[in-house]
This record gives sequence, structure tokens and C-alpha cells, in this order.
Amino acid sequence: MDPSRLPGFLLRRGVKAAIVILAIVVCNFLLIHAAPGDPASVIAGQSGAADERFLAQLRRQFGLDQPLHVQLWIYLKGVLTLDLGFSHRQQLPVWTLIRERLPATLLLTGAAFAFAVAAGVTLGTLAARRVGTWADSIITVIALTFYATPLFWVGLMLVLFFSVWLEWLPSFGMATVGVELHGIDAVLDVAKHLLLPALTLGLFYLAVYARLTRATMLEVADQDFVKTARAKGVPEGQVVRRHILRNALLPVITFAGIQAGQLIGGSILVETVFAWPGIGRLAFDALLARDYAVLLGVFFCTSVMVVGFNLVTDLLYAVVDPRVEVEG
Amino acid sequence: MAVSRRGFMAAAASAPVLMTVQEAMAQGVAPRRGGTLQMMLTPEPPVLQIGVNQQGPTLAAAPKIFQGLLTFSPTLEPQPVLAKSWTVSPDGKEYVFNLQENVKWHDGQPFTADDVVFSIMKFHMELSPRARAIFSLIETCEAKDPLTVRIVLKQAFQPFLLMFDATAAAIVAKHLFDGQDYRTAPAVQRLVGTGPFKFTEWQRGNFVRMDRNENYWKPGQPYLDTIIYRIIPDSQSRRLALESGQVLLSQASDIEPFDIPQLRQRPNLEVDTKGWEYFSPLSWIELNHRVKPLDDARVRRAMSMAIDRNFIVNRLWFGVGKPATGPVASTTRFFDANAKIAAFNVQQANALLDQAGYPRNAQGVRFTLKHIPLPYGEIWTRLSEYLRQAMRNVGIALELESTDAGSWARRVGNWEYETTINFVYQFGDPTLGVERTYVSTNIQKVTFTNTGGYANPQVDALFQQARAAAAAADRARAFSEVQKILVEDVPQIWLMELSFPTVYDKKVRNVITTGLGVSKSFDDVFIAG
Repeated sequence: MDPSRLPGFLLRRGVKAAIVILAIVVCNFLLIHAAPGDPASVIAGQSGAADERFLAQLRRQFGLDQPLHVQLWIYLKGVLTLDLGFSHRQQLPVWTLIRERLPATLLLTGAAFAFAVAAGVTLGTLAARRVGTWADSIITVIALTFYATPLFWVGLMLVLFFSVWLEWLPSFGMATVGVELHGIDAVLDVAKHLLLPALTLGLFYLAVYARLTRATMLEVADQDFVKTARAKGVPEGQVVRRHILRNALLPVITFAGIQAGQLIGGSILVETVFAWPGIGRLAFDALLARDYAVLLGVFFCTSVMVVGFNLVTDLLYAVVDPRVEVEG
Repeated sequence: MAVSRRGFMAAAASAPVLMTVQEAMAQGVAPRRGGTLQMMLTPEPPVLQIGVNQQGPTLAAAPKIFQGLLTFSPTLEPQPVLAKSWTVSPDGKEYVFNLQENVKWHDGQPFTADDVVFSIMKFHMELSPRARAIFSLIETCEAKDPLTVRIVLKQAFQPFLLMFDATAAAIVAKHLFDGQDYRTAPAVQRLVGTGPFKFTEWQRGNFVRMDRNENYWKPGQPYLDTIIYRIIPDSQSRRLALESGQVLLSQASDIEPFDIPQLRQRPNLEVDTKGWEYFSPLSWIELNHRVKPLDDARVRRAMSMAIDRNFIVNRLWFGVGKPATGPVASTTRFFDANAKIAAFNVQQANALLDQAGYPRNAQGVRFTLKHIPLPYGEIWTRLSEYLRQAMRNVGIALELESTDAGSWARRVGNWEYETTINFVYQFGDPTLGVERTYVSTNIQKVTFTNTGGYANPQVDALFQQARAAAAAADRARAFSEVQKILVEDVPQIWLMELSFPTVYDKKVRNVITTGLGVSKSFDDVFIAG
């Protein structure tokens, strides 16, 4: 890659990204408002008693008495100044709500992601090198099993085994509440809570990475340059690492790029089963409560993540494979 | 099963209020100070300021922080809280409350009669539709001195005292709300009350924490150091948390009824279904009378007769709750045991529908009705599936449409439904919680009004009579008569007097002592060593 072309590339992609995100915001806004029910009627339905004045007060306070295009315009103006609005339901700014929950989700999905990529690529490589042997079969069966099993079921089974029977690990939450922990104890406490949800989420993706790595490695291993490398006496380990794996990684990176974009929103099920206080849950609850501002805020963050990671993926291609040129 | 259960409930209702304390003392267990009680809160409420939010979870958690003037025993007798004593004038118009001395807000300010007047006349009047309907009967509400509140009503209103529990009209601090928008005031996020526990932390999606109020006005109380509500969204995870002892208490709909039988087997857990006498939620099939043939009383009666309520209670709810016999729950005042809906009888139901002129077609179907299951969890879907089966037996095809909570509230509120399921709190008195569903003056496009559109001038008149009468005996007569009319007319098809199990570790004591169950202050709750 020619470094001098990078600033222009980033600029062009940045403009495109901004347009895409803006279009997403408008679509989301219209879609959400098309769903039946509004936050006021949800609150009335949950309060056990209501009258016309109560509904009117809430709708005025939430700004729902304005025509839709005015509401959209107010929201867009806010987003352009990086103000994600206010959740009248929870009486807090949307950004405060998202910021509170973001670290939990990033920790969970980040750990699951790292585990899935590392273990998946390793297992895939092992399987490819021992193709046709019992080791290959075992890895393939394990990968398929986790790929085909519903996430929440894996989660519940892990809880049954590790929390209920063995009583080794806590079954829910992100940290022990009600006890003061400091330093290394606090870190270990969170790690103990993190293990099961990260494993649950990671196992599914691990299967994908393992299968992908195995398949592409087998494909690359047959190519002429690998034979050449072997013929000129390069040690087998080096052949695998430098010649096969590196070339086999491109599809893995593509998939990792897509998954990284979903890091924020992709863990609703696991967050639910393990009561993990993350952003997926925030979005789901906001949807049920028709808390428009929060939902749009989460969507905005996810779309920024997706667009951002697409950009990073494109740059990574060029690093792994110098033949790839970055183009706007 | 049903009979023994009723006997059990009756015995519980007549027992002294502090039975569990006496029991504990009899076993030689003195209240133990200290410890953290971990519970669950489902679903997580958006705001815990009572009044600004009146959802079930808020009503369960907030009374630890905020208190009312009174609370109520399982038989709905008023008991002192912030009001030490009170008098009611013979004509039922003047109420005088003498307040507890030496009560302080959590921020150190003294609690006075001004706070009470502000809470009633401004705070709840502005925020709460339920309080507004009752408090608008007040002519004057004044602080006679810092510890005396005098209220004069425009007309006698016998259920008035029922409005002074913390869940109906919690007393809030005037100095934190007066002159501000009550919904957005900073105090809504930093809760300040007079209760035994102070609000300390809320990590959204994770937990709510409250700690002992060292300056609580009851000497030596509360016993617990800390209360923590965990937010656990999945019902199976909640059950596991309870079974593994990670939380010690579950309340309301934390645990699905179908998990109760297994929990009853656990020797360390207590399953208690009492504590819902004040709310007395009653569930019914909500009918839209604007949809033919639901305007025909014979059709409604036949539908009601097609339902086996014992099956619903025993097979779906596993014995938690009891079959409904009419529009007033048996735990609510003025319940008339003689006014009963017709018994389960499929044959008679079919005969009634034939008579009414709705013959079966070639497929055996008389007519088709749309039905929206209540979107509040698995159990309600199961109920609607049973009802589809029951209606098929009398030739009525029920078409289930699933929806979520937002759409449900909107559609019921806008009368855009044919049949659905609803359950409504009765708040101890038919004037407070029953009347609203049946009087034609309350036909509104708002949930929990008379959304079905039932109109009967006789019913209107009797409810009005009961509302206006000052003497309990006069009210009882009017209510008995209206119950007799309603069980014949079946404006809504009552199914069950709901109860929600409170499941807790047996070392937690004094959990259910009032008619409000877990919606109490917990100042007397302790964890035995």
C-alpha cells in the first residue's frame, strides 16, 4: 500500500460513512415510529390506573404531540451536534444511559471475540494439518455442535453445570454486589462472572472461525507456492505459518470485521440469560417500552461501529496481503 | 383442593397481623441485626420515585425508602405509619392525622405536616390519576400545627383512608419538589424519603442498592444493613439464582407459576401466596362490547360457563390464586359470597348459544373472535391457549394474535381489540378498583377504564349510591345488589383472583405481615443467623 494515498482514502470513506449513518438514522426513526404503541400508552398500561390528562401530560413531555417531521428534524439536529437526546421515561440523557452500559458490553463481547478468534483459528489450523484423522473429526464435530446449538441453551447448561452443580462460578451479574472489593480481588471477581457468558457467546463464533480456517487452509495448502516452499526445504512449521495461514486469513478477517461491527448489539440473548448489564439489554428493554430516544441512540452507536470496523477491515487486508490496494 | 385452599386463606386472613413475629419469638428467634438481603426486581423500573412511576416493581421497592401515613393489615384494617393516630368525624367528612414525632428526611431535614399537605394536594394531585380521582374530593387540607394534618371532604367518602398507604400516596419532601417540574426534579434521581432504607446506588441493568437509615424514627430498626435488588431479565436465570441462594427472596412475577411446584419441594424455601389482599388483582377476559355478538349477555354468560376455572388455577397456576366468583375479589371489602357466576357447564353453555341464535356451521363453528394474549410472560400465553380450547368446545373459534406490551396497551386503550386478557388491582374497595371497569361514565380511550364499553343505568346508579353513602351498611347493600346484576350480565368474563408467590429462604423472617405483601418498608425484616 502506498502510504501517501491514505489521507485521501480516509476522507472519501469518511464522507461516505457520514451519509450512510445519516440515512440509517432517518430509516430507524421512521421504522420505530411505525411500530404500534407509544411510550405514554406503555406507561399508562403499566401504571394500573390512568386518565386522559395523564396521557396528554406524558405525550407533551415526551414531545409526541409534535408532528412526525418536526420530531425527526429535532432529532436530526441533535444527532448532528452529537446530542443523542433525552430519555423521558428514565429521566436521563441517552448518552448517559449508553455510556453506563457500554463498558460491560465491550468487555463481554471483546472477551468472547478474542477467545473465538484465537481458539477458532488455532483449532481450525490443527484440524487442517491433521485432516482426516480423529483429531480433525473431533474438532469438526465440536465446532458443528456449538454452531447448531441455541446460545441461550448453551448458557443455561453451563450455568447448571458450573453454578448449580459444581458451585464454582456465579450464574448471573457482572460482579459481586454488596461486598467491597479492591485491586486484584475486584478484577478476579469480574473475571469469574465474565467466564460463563463470554464462553457461551464465544463458542458459537469459535465454531465459525474453526470451520472457516480449516476450509481455506486446505484450499491454500494445495497451491503451487506451498509446494515450492516445501520443495526448497522450508521447515513445515514455517510453511504453515508463513505461507498457508497468512494467505488463509483473508476470509477470516472478513468475517471478524463483520462480527466486530456487531459487538455492541449481538449479545442480547447472552446478556439476558446471564443478567449482564450491557447495551443489548438496554436496547431490548427500550424497544418494549417504546423508549424511542434510547433505541435510536443504541442504533446510532451500532451503525457507527459497523461502519468503523468496515474501514478497519479494509485497511487490515492491505496489511496482511500487500497485493490488496486501498481504494475509496 | 379448592376447598382446603379457601379454608387456608380464611384462616390466614383472620390471624393476628404480627403472627410471624410471634411465631419467630415463640421459636426463640429474636430479631437479629445486620446482613444483606438480596432480592430481584422484574422488570427494571425506569424511575423509582413513587408517584412519578407507579409500576408494580416501583411499588415493591420504593416503600423501603418512602412511607405513607398508614398501611393495611391482611383484613384491610388501617395501621399507623407516619400517622401515629387519626380520627374521623361521625359525618365522615373530617379526617385528622397526628403525625409521628422526630421523623427526619434522609437529607436531615425534619418531616412536618407541610410535607403531607404538599404531597396530597400538589404532588400526587398533579402526577397520579388514581390519587387525583380521590383527592379532588378534598375541600381543605391544612397543617393545623407541624404534627397535625386536617382534611375536610366535600362529601363523605368511606374508602378515603385506603388512599394513604405508601403505594397510593407516599409522602415526599416538599423542600425537594415544590416549585419544580415534579417529573424532572433532581430528587427523582436522588431519592429522599423517611423510610428505613436510604437509596445509595442504582447501576442500571444491574442492581439497586439501599442501606440502613441510621436515623430511622423507629428505635432499633431496621434490622437489615443493606437491601440489594438484582436485575435478572430471564425467568429461568431468576429461578436458578433463588435455588442456588444467590438471592434470598423472589416476589411478584419473578418466578413463573409453573416453576412453583419444584420450589415448594425445597426444604429451605418458603412459598407464601399471601400479601395481595390490598391490591387483590382480578383477571378476566376483556370483551369489547362494540363487537357483535359480545353485546349479547347470553353469549357472554355462555362463554363464561365454558371455562373450567379450577383447571386454570390448578393446572396453569399450580394452585397459586383462586377461581373468581364475580367482579369483586373475595379479599376486597364488600365481597358478596352469594353473588356467583354460573358454574362450569359446557352442555348448558352450548344450549344457551343455540337458544340465542348462533348455530354451528358445517365446521362446527358458531362465530370467530380475535384474541390478544396478555404479553406479560409465558403463563399468559398458556392461559390464552387453554381458552382457545375451551371456546372451541362451545363452537367459538378464538384466533390468537400475539403482540408486545406497547401494542397491547395501545390497542386496549384505543378499543382496537375484540377479546384480550386483563388484570386489574382492586385497591381494597369496589369504589376504588371495581367501579371503574363497569360504569358508563368511565368509558374512555385509556387503559384500565371501562374500555369494554359496558353500559347499564342500574349498575351506574348502584355504584354511585355506594360511592356517596357514608355508612358501611348502606354501601354493602348497594354493592351486593350490583354484584348480583353483574354476575348475570357478565360484562367481563372473570377468571381468577390472582396471587403472586413470594418465595424466600426460611432464614428471612417477617416477610409478609401486612395486606401489601412485599410492598412494605421491611423495617421489621431480618435474617436469622
